[in-house]
Amino acid sequence: MFIHKMGSPPWFYDFTGKFIPWFWLIFAALTAWGLYLGLVKAPADYQQGESFRIMYLHVPAAWMSMLIYSSMAVMGFIALVWRIRIVEILAMASAPIGAAFTIVTLTAGSLWGRPTWGTYWVWDARLTSELVLLFLYLGVIGLYNSIDEPRKAARAACLLAIVGAVNLPIIHYSVKWWNTLHQGSSISLLGGSSIDASMLWPLLIMAVATKFFYAANLLTRARVTLLEQDKRKAWVREILKEKN
Amino acid sequence: MSHAPFILAAYSIGAIVLFWCAVAPLVKKKAIARDIRRLIQIEDRSRDPNS
Repeated sequence: MFIHKMGSPPWFYDFTGKFIPWFWLIFAALTAWGLYLGLVKAPADYQQGESFRIMYLHVPAAWMSMLIYSSMAVMGFIALVWRIRIVEILAMASAPIGAAFTIVTLTAGSLWGRPTWGTYWVWDARLTSELVLLFLYLGVIGLYNSIDEPRKAARAACLLAIVGAVNLPIIHYSVKWWNTLHQGSSISLLGGSSIDASMLWPLLIMAVATKFFYAANLLTRARVTLLEQDKRKAWVREILKEKN
Repeated sequence: MSHAPFILAAYSIGAIVLFWCAVAPLVKKKAIARDIRRLIQIEDRSRDPNS
């Protein structure tokens, strides 16, 4: 029943609107806490010195760039198979957020690379595959905006999102498959972590904070797209009249 | 080598990109709401025989 309700645009608009302020609030609180612990309380790294603090931006952004692409591809698959309009909208609303996180990953990583490796950029497998991820996001956004009919546009872009998912294992395993300048994983779900707890906790807090950023931003974008697509429908006009 | 400029630049760029990412849909929503209100006004006027 809940899934069916979520498919109704007025219900989705109303229901999700209640959560967005809370998601922003939790994001702000967690970010403030995580940055305080990471930038102020955590000790400097014995090898990298202070530059390791870029990790609290770079790593959560990199995780988000991949997580958002995965969720976009899964939603794209659901949208193509079951043709659920809300899911199409959510998949397409994910692309700009994922692109933003990928830009943050690449710029923060580049600025971390200069003091650590002595260069801003190398055509290393990890860096190059992450750059390809940015191009995939831009491709999905470009394809979606190039077709006038929104549902056809979403279906074409969803197909590209699914095909592009092949890049995700390449990004993840690039540091194992090839000799790279980029370091391997310091944290794994099953294998634990090689980072000290004083440095690990701020990272985990920032990782959770970015999930709330994604949720709040995704729902905001989906609601705006619904308003735009349904501007001639009665429920949109009622909402605008209520706000007047 | 001081690391502060690199840290500052990374966080500043990150803040700008994510801030714009958060604000862009709100700007778009405002423009859409304005368009819809204008559309309603035009439709109301065309329905009103005195106008």
